[in-house]
Amino acid sequence: MSAMVPMVNVAALKDTTLLNVGIFALFVLVTMVIVFRASRNNKTAADYYAAGRSFTGSQNGTAIAGDYLSAASFLGITGAIAVNGYDGFLYSIGFLVAWLVALLLVAELLRNTGKFTMADVLSFRLRQRPVRIAAALSTLAVCFFYLLAQMAGAGSLISLLLGISDWGGQALVIVVVGALMIMYVLIGGMKGTTWVQIIKAVLLICGAAVMTLWVLSIYGFNLSNLLGAAADSAKNPNVLNPGLQYGKTETSKLDFLSLGLALVLGTAALPHVLMRFYTVPTAKEARKSVVWSIWLIGLFYLFTLVLGYGAAALVGADTIKSAPGGVNSAAPLLAFHLGGPLLLGFISAVAFATILAVVAGLTITAAASFAHDIYANVISKGKADAGTEVKVARRTVVVIGVLAILGGIFANGQNVAFLVALAFAVAASANLPTILYSLFWKKFTTQGATWSMYGGLSAAIILIALSPVVSGAKTSMIPGANFAVFPLSNPGIVSIPLAFLLGWLGTVVDKRREDTAKQAEMEVRSLTGVGAEKAVNH
Amino acid sequence: MGNEAQTPDAAASVDFQEVQQTGQFQELRKRHRSFVFPMAIAFLLWYFAYVLLADYAVGFMSTKLWGNINVGLVLGLLQFVSTFGITAWYVHYSNRKLDPIAAEIRNEIEGHEFDKGSTVRGAAK
Repeated sequence: MSAMVPMVNVAALKDTTLLNVGIFALFVLVTMVIVFRASRNNKTAADYYAAGRSFTGSQNGTAIAGDYLSAASFLGITGAIAVNGYDGFLYSIGFLVAWLVALLLVAELLRNTGKFTMADVLSFRLRQRPVRIAAALSTLAVCFFYLLAQMAGAGSLISLLLGISDWGGQALVIVVVGALMIMYVLIGGMKGTTWVQIIKAVLLICGAAVMTLWVLSIYGFNLSNLLGAAADSAKNPNVLNPGLQYGKTETSKLDFLSLGLALVLGTAALPHVLMRFYTVPTAKEARKSVVWSIWLIGLFYLFTLVLGYGAAALVGADTIKSAPGGVNSAAPLLAFHLGGPLLLGFISAVAFATILAVVAGLTITAAASFAHDIYANVISKGKADAGTEVKVARRTVVVIGVLAILGGIFANGQNVAFLVALAFAVAASANLPTILYSLFWKKFTTQGATWSMYGGLSAAIILIALSPVVSGAKTSMIPGANFAVFPLSNPGIVSIPLAFLLGWLGTVVDKRREDTAKQAEMEVRSLTGVGAEKAVNH
Repeated sequence: MGNEAQTPDAAASVDFQEVQQTGQFQELRKRHRSFVFPMAIAFLLWYFAYVLLADYAVGFMSTKLWGNINVGLVLGLLQFVSTFGITAWYVHYSNRKLDPIAAEIRNEIEGHEFDKGSTVRGAAK
C-alpha cells in the first residue's frame, strides 16, 4: 500500500463498542416509544396487517425504501464496489431498474384488487384453495430466504462492530436482535413496523448522504479523481471496468446474466414489498409510493457508488477483506476513517436498525400470509373471525422469529448480497409469472397458476441446492461435499423462463374454463379502483 | 370497524361484464396497455443491452471518455436517468390520460348505473 493511503487501525474499532451499543440502544428506545403509540389503534385485521390503510404515498414510499435498502444494499453493495469495483455497481442498477416493473405493471392494479396479501390478488378470479395455498407457500419460501440473508448479515456486522468474534457471542446477539424484532411486530403490527422503516430510511439516507459529500469533498467534488484514487489504491485499473468478478469464465458471465434477470424481475414479486401497497388508501397513493421509493432508492444507490469507490481509495480493499466481517465491513470502516468513532457508531447503529426493520417487515408478511391465507381461508374456510385471525398471526410472528434466529445462527458468515439475490430469483420464478398472467391474460386458469408457481418455486430451490452455493466450492455452505451439477450460482436464467412457460402450458392444456364474470370484475376493479379496500377511520 | 369481510361491498351487485363491454372501459384499457406494455419492453431491452455489454463487451465499456470516466460508468448512470425519466413520464401520463377516465367509470358504477337488472343507464342515455 502506498503511504498516501492512510490505513484504518482495525484494532481501534473495539474501543468504540460501547458507543455503538449506546447509539443503537437510543434508536431502539425511540422506535419502541413510537411503536407503542402507533399500536394503540391496532384493533382489526386491516389495522394489524395493513396499518388501517392510513399511510400517505410519501410515507409509504419512504417505508418501502426502508424495507428495500436492506443490509445487503448498504453493506453488501458498498463492499462489493470497494472490492470488485464496477461489478458491484451492476447490482445496484438491477435493484433500481426493477422498480419500473412494479410501477408500470403491478403496484396500482394490485392495490385495487387485493386486501392483505399477494394471494388475495392471485386467487381473485381463480379457484381459491389451490391458488391460495401455492401463493402462501411461495410467500413463506421467499420470506425465509430473505430472512436468512438479513440474519446472516446481522452476524457479520456484529463481529465487526461489537468486537465479538466467538461464535457463541455472535449467536447471543442474533438472539437479542431477533427478540427485539418479535417485540416490534407483536406490539406494533404493520403500523409499528412501517414507522420503524420510515425512521430507519431517513437515518440511512442522511448518513449515506453525509458520507458521500465527505468523500467527494476529499477529491474536490471530482468523480474522476475519486475513481483514479480507487484504481491507484487497488493497483489495478480494472476496478473501473466491468468483468473483475463476473468476467473470469464463460460460466461466470452466464451467471451474471442470470443474476441480472433475477434482480430486474424479482422486486415486483417480493411479497413483503407487495404487501406494503396495501397500507395506503388508494391506487393513486400506491403509485405515489413507488415514485417516492424510486427516487429515494436511486439516490441511495448513487451514494453507494461513491461510498464503494471511496472505501476502496481511503481504506483499501485488502484492509476491508482482512477485517472481521470481510467485504460487508467496507461502509463501517469508511465511516471510521472519515468521522472517527462517532460516525462509525452512528453508521453501525443505522446498519443494525436496517436489519431490524427489514426483518420486521418480512416477519409480518410471512405471518399475514400464514394467518390470512392458510389459516383463515383454507383451514377454517373463511369462517374464522378477524380477531382469531390476528391472534393466529401474532403466534405465527413468534414462530417465524424463532426460526429466523435459528437460521441466522447457522447462516452466520454467508455473503449477504448474494443470499438476497437468491431470494429475488425465487420470487421472480414462483410469483411474477402468475401475477402478470392473472392481471393481463384473460384465459389464464387455475392449473396454469399452480403449475407456474410450484414449477418455478421448486425449479429455483432445486437448482440452488444443486449449485456451487451449496456444495463443491470453497465458499459453499457445505464445502466438504460436491453434488453441484448445476454450474450457475443464480438459478434465474432457467427457472424464470420455465415458470412463464409452465403458466402458459398449464393454461392451454386446461380443460376447465374460469369464471368470465370474475375475470371482468377483476379487470374493471384493477383499472378503476371501484370497490377497493378503503382506509380505516378511527 | 369490525370484520372487513362483513362490510357491505358497494360493488357486489354490479354487472362487471357490462362495464367491461362499454367503450369507455375499453378506451381506459387501451390507454393503459398501450403505454405500459411498450414502455416495459423498451426498458427491459435497454437494461439487458446494458447487462450484455457489461458482460461480453468489456473492452468497449472500458473505453475512457473523460479522465477516469469510461463508457461503462456513463451507460450505468444513464440507466438511472432513464429509470427516473420513465417514472416521471408515467406519472404525467396517468394523471392526464388514465385517472380522469377511471374516476368517471368508478363514479358511474358507484352511482348504480351498472347494477344487475338496473335500467337506470338505459333510461339516462
